[in-house]
Amino acid sequence: MKTGGALSIWFFTGLCLGVNGLLIFITGIYEIIHPPQQQLVLSDLHANVWWGGILLVLGGRRTIQKKHARERKRMSKNS
Amino acid sequence: MNPALLLLNSSTLVHLSPVDLVIIVFYFALVLGIGLYLKGQANTGEDFFMAGREMTAWVAGLAFLSANLGSLELMGWAGNSYKYGILAAHWYWIGAIPAMLFLALIMMPFYYVCKTHSVPGYLKLRFGTGAQAISSISFAFMTVLMSGINMYAMAVVMRVVLGWDLNFSILVSSLTVAAYVALGGLRSAIFNEVLQFFLIWAGALLIPILGLIEAGGWSGMQAKIMQNLTELHVANPGSYTHLWSTLGHFNTNPMGINWAGIVFGLGAVISMGYWTTDFLVIQRVLAAKDLRSAEMAPIIGAAFKMCVPFIVILPGLLGLALLRDPNTGHLLRLVPADIAWSPSGQAQGLHGYDEVLPLMLARYCGPGLLGLGITALIAGFMSGMAGNVSAFTTVWTYDIYGTLLNKNASDESKVRMGRWVTVIGVFISIGTAYLVMHAQSIMDYVQALFSFFIAPLFGTVILGMLWKRATPTGGWTGLLAGTLSSVGMYAWVKVDPEAVRYVALSMDAQDQAQNMFRALWCCLICIVVTVVVSYLTKPKPDSELKDVVYGLTPIPKTEHATIFHSPVFWAAVVAVIFIILQIIFW
Repeated sequence: MKTGGALSIWFFTGLCLGVNGLLIFITGIYEIIHPPQQQLVLSDLHANVWWGGILLVLGGRRTIQKKHARERKRMSKNS
Repeated sequence: MNPALLLLNSSTLVHLSPVDLVIIVFYFALVLGIGLYLKGQANTGEDFFMAGREMTAWVAGLAFLSANLGSLELMGWAGNSYKYGILAAHWYWIGAIPAMLFLALIMMPFYYVCKTHSVPGYLKLRFGTGAQAISSISFAFMTVLMSGINMYAMAVVMRVVLGWDLNFSILVSSLTVAAYVALGGLRSAIFNEVLQFFLIWAGALLIPILGLIEAGGWSGMQAKIMQNLTELHVANPGSYTHLWSTLGHFNTNPMGINWAGIVFGLGAVISMGYWTTDFLVIQRVLAAKDLRSAEMAPIIGAAFKMCVPFIVILPGLLGLALLRDPNTGHLLRLVPADIAWSPSGQAQGLHGYDEVLPLMLARYCGPGLLGLGITALIAGFMSGMAGNVSAFTTVWTYDIYGTLLNKNASDESKVRMGRWVTVIGVFISIGTAYLVMHAQSIMDYVQALFSFFIAPLFGTVILGMLWKRATPTGGWTGLLAGTLSSVGMYAWVKVDPEAVRYVALSMDAQDQAQNMFRALWCCLICIVVTVVVSYLTKPKPDSELKDVVYGLTPIPKTEHATIFHSPVFWAAVVAVIFIILQIIFW
């Protein structure tokens, strides 16, 4: 999306999902090492690990792609 | 006693861990950061009110859908699916998809070509200031009230789910919304709506996935619902998982409605009225960069709208199948909110229908995931508020201030007015939130009032676009007659409940069924009055109707490189999938 500025909405979306995914993934790993006393339904599936991982990959990929696209655009303008 | 006060003594559904709080604080920081980042790009009227008309089809389409995907909607419809079963999905399918496709292919060219800033602005071009004044004043009034209701609903949810103070929730959410909309205008609101769209999916999608695993798939869930409802002696337990086969009569389904109410009341009037004339959603599409993007945006929105039942309706159905009291192991039966919030309901630990989504969230989501789910709900509420405030600001500035109060206002003064009105609108919303807090029944009346204006407005707009003989006098008298007749029918049923047999054609008709039929009749009254008065009054000459009426508006022809670039092709794809879904869940 053209915004008149350098950063697009997709960059912010990727950043949001990536950061949340990282936090959820790390929490999931911590819970595997130190299982909580009160177990949730289907906690054996470790949803926070794989769901956090999916968000991290999707969000991170989106953020990096958009950052590189921005840099390429800037370089082509300068040349 | 005020339910909100009662909740102060109730226990909370979930407890947040530090990582959940970090996720929530990060969201607030991000939306404020986006507002600050976009501040420098909202200097002209087109920038501030229409986001520069430079949105791609994807961004406009997701914002178009997100403006309607607030948390009030998510939690309310999850609760309705617990109450009415899969019939609630009609509001996402026949109650949305045909109207969105109709908007894309038939109505959008007129809105876009005439370059209006708002739907009341279109009415001014087509019918003059009479219809515009009725439409803009009622819309401004309703949006600011709805924004307050959103704010109050969010505060109550945060109180129930997290135990947060009502004043704290109202203050933090309203100041954040005021800051980012006043700074970045519509562009900022759209950015946050797109962000909210992804947050909602990220936060809510796990519930149906894990729920279906626990229930043993769709057939396992159906069997459990049948077993549970039979155990609770609920009438027609099999009807909770069928979309159409139980709509032959009013008394064979939990909603007390028949197919005619769903098809004509919901599909043909309420849905058409909302998705094609409610400026809150139309504003997002008007911000598209060109006509093709404006046509594609509602089609993209429709494609995603078809998927929303997966994160809204399915959790409600899974709640029916799986929720049990953690202490006794007995079936957990959710009840209407007024019973759940009564002193005896609180003493028994009852939960309202609308709590089904947070209950399912608490069932599966631990630290981190819980924070994401709660952030998705907060984002939905704030986005709903921001949508109402940005639409209110535009209609006030262009259709009330710029047309009725100061016709010579410069572009610069309109932007200045827009920023101030954003802040003022948020403060009025705060006032409304406290008003609702002290008089709960207002919420019911305002919801009904909102429907009074939508159905007749559709009659006026569609006649205006497709029938050049419709006159300015016909336009505003029809709109007024339709609105007054809707209010009249509502009051009639309130005074004499027996009147339901005439308004909704059956004494078995429940609230939703009454809304459907009332909308149908008032739209027809609007159309009849507009037609009759138009034949009795002098029409506008054709030269004044150019760009606003079918047949007199040259629609720019777009050459599509391949069929995959054509909006008609994608609309057909969405329509076919829509039909397949109806057959699968028949």
